[in-house]
Amino acid sequence: MSTKRAAPRQTSVPKRSKRTEILENRPVNLDGFVEERPEVGMVAMDSPYDPRPSVRVENGIIVEMDGKKREDFDFLDQFIADHAIDAAVAERAMALSPTEIAHMLLNPKVPRGEVLAVSSGLTPAKLLEVVKTMNVVEMMMALQKMRARRTPANQGHSTSARDNPVQVAADAAEAGLRGFRELETTLGVVRYAPLVAIALQIGAQVGKPGVLTQCALEESTELELGMRGITAYAETISVYGTEQVFCDGDDTPWSKAFLASAYASRGIKMRFTSGTGSEVQMGNAEGKSMLYLEIRCILVAKGAGVQGLQNGSISCIGVPGAVPAGIRAVLAENLIASTVDLECASGNDQSFSHSDMRRTARLMPQLLSGTDFVCSGYSAVPNYDNMFAGSNLDPEDFDDWNTIQRDLQVDGALRHVPEPEILAARNRAARALQGVFAYLDLAPITDKEIEAVTYAHGSKELPPRDVLEDLKAAQSVLDRGITGLDIVKGLEAGGFPETAEALLGVLRQRVSGDLLHTSAILTPELTTLSAVNDANDYAGPGSGYRPSGARWEEMKRLRHVVSALNPEQEVGHPSHQTVGKSGDVITADGRAAGGVVGERTLHLEEKGAARPGRRSDEVVIGVSPAFGEFFSKTIVDVSHADVLRELLAGVEEQGVHARVVRFRASADLAVIAQSAARLSGSGIGIGILSRGTTMIHQKDLVRLSNLELFPQAPLMDPATFRMIGRNAARYAKGESPEPVPSRNDHMARPRWQAKAALLHIKETEFVRPDAEPVELGVLIRMADAG
Amino acid sequence: MTPVEMPPVELDPQRDYPLASHRPELLRTPTGKRLDEITMEAVLAGEVAAEDLRIAPETLRLQAQIADSVGRPQLAQNFRRAAELTALPDETVLEIYNALRPRASTKQQLTKIAEGLERGYSATLCARLIREAADVYERRGILAS
Repeated sequence: MSTKRAAPRQTSVPKRSKRTEILENRPVNLDGFVEERPEVGMVAMDSPYDPRPSVRVENGIIVEMDGKKREDFDFLDQFIADHAIDAAVAERAMALSPTEIAHMLLNPKVPRGEVLAVSSGLTPAKLLEVVKTMNVVEMMMALQKMRARRTPANQGHSTSARDNPVQVAADAAEAGLRGFRELETTLGVVRYAPLVAIALQIGAQVGKPGVLTQCALEESTELELGMRGITAYAETISVYGTEQVFCDGDDTPWSKAFLASAYASRGIKMRFTSGTGSEVQMGNAEGKSMLYLEIRCILVAKGAGVQGLQNGSISCIGVPGAVPAGIRAVLAENLIASTVDLECASGNDQSFSHSDMRRTARLMPQLLSGTDFVCSGYSAVPNYDNMFAGSNLDPEDFDDWNTIQRDLQVDGALRHVPEPEILAARNRAARALQGVFAYLDLAPITDKEIEAVTYAHGSKELPPRDVLEDLKAAQSVLDRGITGLDIVKGLEAGGFPETAEALLGVLRQRVSGDLLHTSAILTPELTTLSAVNDANDYAGPGSGYRPSGARWEEMKRLRHVVSALNPEQEVGHPSHQTVGKSGDVITADGRAAGGVVGERTLHLEEKGAARPGRRSDEVVIGVSPAFGEFFSKTIVDVSHADVLRELLAGVEEQGVHARVVRFRASADLAVIAQSAARLSGSGIGIGILSRGTTMIHQKDLVRLSNLELFPQAPLMDPATFRMIGRNAARYAKGESPEPVPSRNDHMARPRWQAKAALLHIKETEFVRPDAEPVELGVLIRMADAG
Repeated sequence: MTPVEMPPVELDPQRDYPLASHRPELLRTPTGKRLDEITMEAVLAGEVAAEDLRIAPETLRLQAQIADSVGRPQLAQNFRRAAELTALPDETVLEIYNALRPRASTKQQLTKIAEGLERGYSATLCARLIREAADVYERRGILAS
């Protein structure tokens, strides 16, 4: 072969396939992907520069760790060696092989406590080696057992692009109602913080008592709001995996440990934050893998004695997301946090991908395994309003989330709430805030704002506020030393005693300190649920947390669920009624009483037993047992009046006569259509089921054959029924018409299949096996005709 | 103010936690109020102040006992440090935190804070943490120059 290369062609663009073009335009190709480069830390969890695990203990002190001697320890090494690792068990734990430890993590027969006895003696490099032996399914199995709290929970974001406190209050109320047990806010303009934090607190308690709130700010400001009782917990206490980056963040493990004690000294719950990718993002990863550095962060949190950690890359998700096995590494960090007995708020809180498939796939490990907080920030406001720069999920995903929970019977801690309840909560939260602002003489909130926020999706639908007035008010909250107690008084004065009581209940928690324990949340009854009194007891099939009872019933509810008893209606619809044993249904919407004005109504009058016809120019239209009787419309709401009108018109415009006959003996379309054909003088019959499935039959064909079949009821529109009538008439005249074009909708099955089954089951309830076919008189008229 | 004297208690986390529900009699605010005295009526009557909605050092030590007994020694230690910090004013707590930031303090300054904590507040655990930080900061070159 010649080594010479052809000169590149100057002008022509390489020809591309249509398929490549489609793939190029898929959202996933807007995501950024990069090649690994371990030398600079651009590698998820498998770097040749990661240290090899080792430990040496002398006189109860770790003198060597992961190949480094004590005198060479950087400050993270030293903090971890002296505070996180139990030197008494380290050598024994480190003697186990990574796979032995991974087996312990995975095996449900090994209790969580036994794993903790080992994990408390492991070094960062060893923990890395352990998870490197595990694939994602194994990690999920392990996470299911190792998360600290038995019952999973979820955390939401409530922020506003305009820092509008009215919006934050309303969205917090909705979020509380939907099930979030922690809510977090942050600011565009930091000076707004006091007002927005007050709004968040009030909205949260209106939504559901006991929702804990926090405001992400610079560390000392965040602590101050907490000390005043305006917020209930703290989370954005960042730790980093290299000394340089830790210092760039203006902290050390000791300053953070002190901060942890400072929060606890005021009875305030807090957790640290860390995540893969932050060190390489900040340009100083020391050539270590992202996961190795994150494990160091996890152990700093452990050593500081803080109860929990928000991790799972968090704000750096685009970095591990861009490298091979990055999302496996993100799952591994959640698993390791849980494996060292920390509360884990497991990420899924930042915009991750343009691809819906990919962002869902990224969510599944945490959702399916269950974590202490599946999201450490599900955006409860539209992502354009999310001041954490967007989340992996937002309100547009609420119904998807609820559906996935129901599909898999997995508890993601949210629920569907009917709109009237949501509107009431949003309105109430805004009014409560109005009352408190008035009581505290802060910038006023108008009734117009309240009305707008009740129905709004995001800040774009809200009247703008007087920002300067708001900022003045915010400053006065700080200057006047307003505290959580003042908010309680304002709520009471404003006529919101339940909300005042709820907030006082949250503040009272500080006195007992119960909330300081690992993975603590408050129930709506204001009782603490933590890894102490709700410890994860997963031990394999049949054990651990499983959604059941009232919670599972709640999870079954969605926006649209077809009633099994009356498939023409939805569960929770105002006119939804149960059906008596006799099969009689009473509707509340007055449908039977004459229909909606402007629609055609159908009156079918029984005229006695149907006889074989003698006219050769007739078509018999056979209708199913409940057609036009129990049912009034097809599966896609084409009224039976319109169905018959079109079929009859189609037949008659060919100069052919039509008869309509009800067959009560069967709900089988082929039986009805063939029976109709056999009664027809021409030998041509049409069969139709209530849901709209239709067939043209000929009397001499075997039952399971036919002239034309229209099996997909959801595709049957009035024009199609007209064409079916026309073709049947032409067959009756001895012509050979072109079959009505068949249509295909590959989404008919997901949308309609189950409803079709329910409609069919309902129809069969009206079957009377011995009933003779009955001739029907048809009267179709407009409902308002009188 | 004087903390309420209480005999040492042996807590069983299974039976006694959450303390607010199962052992409310053990709980007092730093001002000596019982949990059931923090009512809406009392708030409206001005009988409850922000200082009443704080945790007492004794309570933190009870919670430390629980943390220890469920196998969380670091968490327990954090609660014990926190117990020491309950006596410090908010501003002092924030000042010490800021002093612990990298290159924020000299070794002498950190040592002085530690001594102050020991002398003024008997905060020996916190003092130990700060001395330890001072040593590490010195070795790693992140003291203020």
